[in-house]
Amino acid sequence: MNYSDKVMDYFLNPRNMGEIEGASGIGLVGNARCGDIMKIYLDIDGGNIIRDAKFKTFGCGAAVATSSIATELIIGKTVQEALEITNSSVMEALDGLPTAKVHCSLLAEEAIQAALWDYAQKNGMVIEGLKPPTYGGHDHHHDADES
Amino acid sequence: MQMNQRDVIYLDNAATTQVRPEVVDAMIEYLSKDYANPSGIYAASASAKAAVDAAREKIAVAIGATYGNEIYFTGSGTESINWAIKSTAQAAKGRGRHIITTAVEHHAVLHTCQFLEKNGFDVTYLPVDEYGMISVDKLEAAIRPDTILVTVMMANNEVGTIMPIAKIGAVLAEINTKRDKDAKILFHTDAIQAVGHIPVDVNALGVDLLSVSAHKLYGPKGVGALYVRRGIKLPAFIHGGGQERGRRAGTENVAGIVGFGAATQLACAEMAEEALRHTQMRDDLIGKILASVPHSHLNGHPISRLPGNINITFEFIEGEGMLLLLDARGIAASSGSACTSGSLDPSHVLLAMGLSHELAHGSLRLSFGRYTTTEDLDKLMEALPPIVERLRNMSPLWEDFLKPI
Repeated sequence: MNYSDKVMDYFLNPRNMGEIEGASGIGLVGNARCGDIMKIYLDIDGGNIIRDAKFKTFGCGAAVATSSIATELIIGKTVQEALEITNSSVMEALDGLPTAKVHCSLLAEEAIQAALWDYAQKNGMVIEGLKPPTYGGHDHHHDADES
Repeated sequence: MQMNQRDVIYLDNAATTQVRPEVVDAMIEYLSKDYANPSGIYAASASAKAAVDAAREKIAVAIGATYGNEIYFTGSGTESINWAIKSTAQAAKGRGRHIITTAVEHHAVLHTCQFLEKNGFDVTYLPVDEYGMISVDKLEAAIRPDTILVTVMMANNEVGTIMPIAKIGAVLAEINTKRDKDAKILFHTDAIQAVGHIPVDVNALGVDLLSVSAHKLYGPKGVGALYVRRGIKLPAFIHGGGQERGRRAGTENVAGIVGFGAATQLACAEMAEEALRHTQMRDDLIGKILASVPHSHLNGHPISRLPGNINITFEFIEGEGMLLLLDARGIAASSGSACTSGSLDPSHVLLAMGLSHELAHGSLRLSFGRYTTTEDLDKLMEALPPIVERLRNMSPLWEDFLKPI
């Protein structure tokens, strides 16, 4: 497996793994069919700042690494800033991902947005630019290697 | 065992094996000294040709073939399989276009059959039970007047289940007695995981075609063979020169073939002893893993199983993470997880056996070889349970399981 050193580091030493009791928002994306399920917990203060974030992931090395680094990327950010975290920022932070694993970074982006959506729902807020999550709805190219 | 000068515990012998030193020694002469093309007419060519034919005899003896010239060397087990299936289809298409195989074959068989389906053939993929075993009755029921070929693997590469090849051979022999001489159903078996590991005898099994590969039995990569029973008209698949009596063109991989012959002879001579040793280690390790890791299940048949194969699903976790953490501890293994296959679907074998996607993703395959020791397995047992626990603690599925809503 040609994972970058950074991916291996975040897989072997995951940061922010765990749960947050009474989280402000929880995002759960992916499905077992594809082999990746990500759950992100957010603790957001009254000023819309993400004080803490944790993750739990069922999935490959890349799935664990992307969810872990995604939590690092959003801690200390405002809700609006967190929305700007995309799969490319996650990939860049990990020094890239093998082609077959790019969907993991998409899942990390979706997990953050799903957690923010949950937070908005719980608080009756509208967050500009945030769409409702499509659980596990990202497209997989199952026959990509078929001739 | 030693691998790349590092101490690696190599438990992926179903993927490939280390070329054993005796085999390397046998090969070297034909790379640097007797390197002549076997098709030449000078003395050095005669030596190379004699070496190829000596290897042919060794493979024939190993699989119980009556004649050495029923063995054709190829570039891989995959090539042997492609040749057996595609050329049978081509030769028989005037009288029938139906092929029977199983849902758990290697991709070399499945993708070849899918290719033929796109080209006007009809393929029946027999289902398997929870142990990965086919039903001979279902196979018999699937036979049609236009059936031309049955291809069933002898032993499954992922879960180790050994198929009832001799029973299928007997059923087909009976059916073929009622068919015209030119309308016999041919029987091919992919014996790539079997030869050198369990007894294989083409006459006792009743097969017409059998594929084998060198690198699964401590020979080199890039060489395989197809057994073709005398009297069967199998058209050539690779066209060119007149090598292999005009049926498989291309200058012979002399050193590879010599290595294949040497490796096969050694593996068969040691088979009974190795099979017993592996079976004991296998059953001992399966017992230890299932006892020490809750929510783990054996995949594949408990008894009709390759001596060196273990395949276990650990619920709530995904296989690639397991492999990476084992690798970090110097242990090489494999998984039916999609993430390790390069595709996004988990093992078709485990799915065909009725496992859910989630369970198929959490499988671990350990395959022993002649260099595997009980000390290796003790080290695996030290590493594995904490790895499963660590991944479960990271898994939202485990969290849900512990805290049902």
